[in-house]
Amino acid sequence: MAHLKTPSTVRRGLAGLALLATLAWPALAAAQDRFIVMASTTSTEQSGLFKQLLPAFKQATGIDVRVVAVGTGQALDTGRRGDADVVFVHDVAAEQKFVSEGFATERRDVMYNDFVLIGPKADPAGVKGRDIAAALKKLSVTAQPVVSRGDKSGTHAAELRLWKAAGIDLATARPAGYKECGCGMGPALNMASSLNGYVLADRGTWLSFKNRGELVVLVEGDKSLFNQYGVMVVNPARFPHVKADLARQFADWVVSSAGQAAIASYKIDGEQLFFPNAAP
Amino acid sequence: MNDLVQGLSSAARLLLGADSDLWSVVALSIRVSGTACLVGAAIGLSAGAWLAIARFPGQALVVGLLNTLLALPSVVVGLVVYLLLSRAGPLGALGILFTPTAMVIAQSILVVPLVAALSRRLVLLALADGGDQLRSLGAGPFTTALLLLLHERFGVLTVLLTAFGRAIAEVGAVMIVGGNIDGVTRVMTTTIALETSKGDLPLALALGVVLLAVVALLNALIGLLQWRSAAPREALA
Amino acid sequence: MKAPARQTLISLHGANVRFGATPALSGVTMDLRRGDRLMLVGANASGKTTLIRLLHGLLQPVVAGSVQTHVLVPEGTAPRGAMVFQRPFLLNLSVRWNVLLGLWLHGVPQAERESRCRQALQRVGLASLAGRRARELSGGQQQRLALARAWALQPDILFLDEPTASLDPGAKREVEALIQDFAADGVTLVMSTHNLGQAKRLGSRVAYLEAGTLVVDRAVDDFFSGDDLPDPARQFLRGELPWHT
Repeated sequence: MAHLKTPSTVRRGLAGLALLATLAWPALAAAQDRFIVMASTTSTEQSGLFKQLLPAFKQATGIDVRVVAVGTGQALDTGRRGDADVVFVHDVAAEQKFVSEGFATERRDVMYNDFVLIGPKADPAGVKGRDIAAALKKLSVTAQPVVSRGDKSGTHAAELRLWKAAGIDLATARPAGYKECGCGMGPALNMASSLNGYVLADRGTWLSFKNRGELVVLVEGDKSLFNQYGVMVVNPARFPHVKADLARQFADWVVSSAGQAAIASYKIDGEQLFFPNAAP
Repeated sequence: MNDLVQGLSSAARLLLGADSDLWSVVALSIRVSGTACLVGAAIGLSAGAWLAIARFPGQALVVGLLNTLLALPSVVVGLVVYLLLSRAGPLGALGILFTPTAMVIAQSILVVPLVAALSRRLVLLALADGGDQLRSLGAGPFTTALLLLLHERFGVLTVLLTAFGRAIAEVGAVMIVGGNIDGVTRVMTTTIALETSKGDLPLALALGVVLLAVVALLNALIGLLQWRSAAPREALA
Repeated sequence: MKAPARQTLISLHGANVRFGATPALSGVTMDLRRGDRLMLVGANASGKTTLIRLLHGLLQPVVAGSVQTHVLVPEGTAPRGAMVFQRPFLLNLSVRWNVLLGLWLHGVPQAERESRCRQALQRVGLASLAGRRARELSGGQQQRLALARAWALQPDILFLDEPTASLDPGAKREVEALIQDFAADGVTLVMSTHNLGQAKRLGSRVAYLEAGTLVVDRAVDDFFSGDDLPDPARQFLRGELPWHT
């Protein structure tokens, strides 16, 4: 007895289902409105700056900025892959390398904020003051928990520079309680909070951080704690698809008096977080 | 404990407060995971049905591989899809990295092995009951498998619900391929991760409760459907 | 006066069927002729079901020996078969859809599907239950639905594997009546049964199987008269009497 093959209706039904799944996605078609992708850092986004800055930019130019917030290392890598149009991070040395490798034609100063040394109110290691090198020397000989981001971010790079500047070689003279979490600023603060330990943080994330426990700011104001931000347009010569024109509008705006004013006006609890310092 | 209590009360306030940001995040989560489920259903059910009836050398190997893929970590899927869709990667020209479409693709990949493995089981069991009789009626092997899926449609619905749960609850894949862009690719799970890392634990908990509520609602709807169709009717003479 | 010779539909020559190491049929040789009402009797595991499935084409490939299907004369097409099983597998759909499914699988065009479905359901007396879920029907009704499903396909041969074994006496009678009805229409029957009374009532020809071999194959009257039956068959007849269901 002959048996029949799969009826054509079945085959048509399957094709219809697949088509339906793709048609249920109108977003693909709407992808042509004006937007750029900006790779930036988690600490910048978590400070809340973008929620004020980007709407101002959109109002001035009609351009949407889509922020992918990751660690500095990953943000630069995103730029190197051509997956972003603008890179906005805070690690001058790494940015200069980025430019020298040809992924951007220039970097421009935009603003700075500062790092602060956070620790338990009781301060068992006695680091309170305005001298970060002295504070780090004291920490290196205690067994108090010291949390490090350990994630190759701008903050992590700054932390490593500060230890070096204080004359401490982490490879040989690591503090007994030193813990690297390989994580972002928020999780590092969370860890310090639960361990009642010390951690270097950017002021922005600290001001927005809600899980403080007994932590307070212990060291601030030292010039070496300043954290410089730079903006770079990803090089269209390298990646033709980059929206260079729109990206340049952003870079130009953020260093213009309008952008700089928007940065300065951003405050948390009345405190200014970022200090514009673009070249005039 | 305080955080938990705060979280619950925040959750209640969020749900009743009709916060438009929250609802757009919820809507995106449902859209992304729902679409991934549909795609996963189309591919997974066909694959599962085919694997249940196919006979070819190395079949046991394929089924073993499928079962291994059930435990695919979502971050790994996210990483692989990211590498494929990045401009530096083979499919970069599509330009869909950091969009909801990329998230759908990643979650579909997560969901297909699940649907295929479970639907294959469903079909195998049903084949034992009715495979012969459907063949006697003139159905080819693949049609038989599909008919049995139709026959076992509530089992299939449970499988799809499981798949939806896996998709909507994962954070590793969507975080990497979507970039957690505010207003564009931010979904419930990535928002929970973000708020947790910011230290805003009550809000994170509240969002977690909302996520559970969404899945629970879906579960309840399916349960209702099953109950209605299984309702006893008068016995026939 | 002998009736004119009827056309052979299927010929088996020394057919052997093996499941793994177990032989299910050994050296079966027989012809199925058009209009036969062939009853297969024998103990459990005697090979009745295997033989029916072999004739219907559900066993592929044939292990050894030959199975030959002959083209219908005068129609010129291969004989179409349909089968009714002891426990019918009905899809979790309505009564109507279960019949329509078979018609759809056979490529019957839309308009004709509806009318043939209606007719089939009327014939078996289930027209009023067409919208019900098939799984809600009683055992007897489900078997009648299975018959409707098979009959709607307008088969030339109807295979039945112990169709009434799981039914209560009332349902049994209804189903038997329908089977006789179909036979009267000219459908060739191949049916296995445990019930010798049923074999006598419905059959024109009886074949007795034991351990996979076809021991006896005779006209129904010759079989039940018991004259020079081989010993195993004679013992079987005696052992099975009186005629319990």
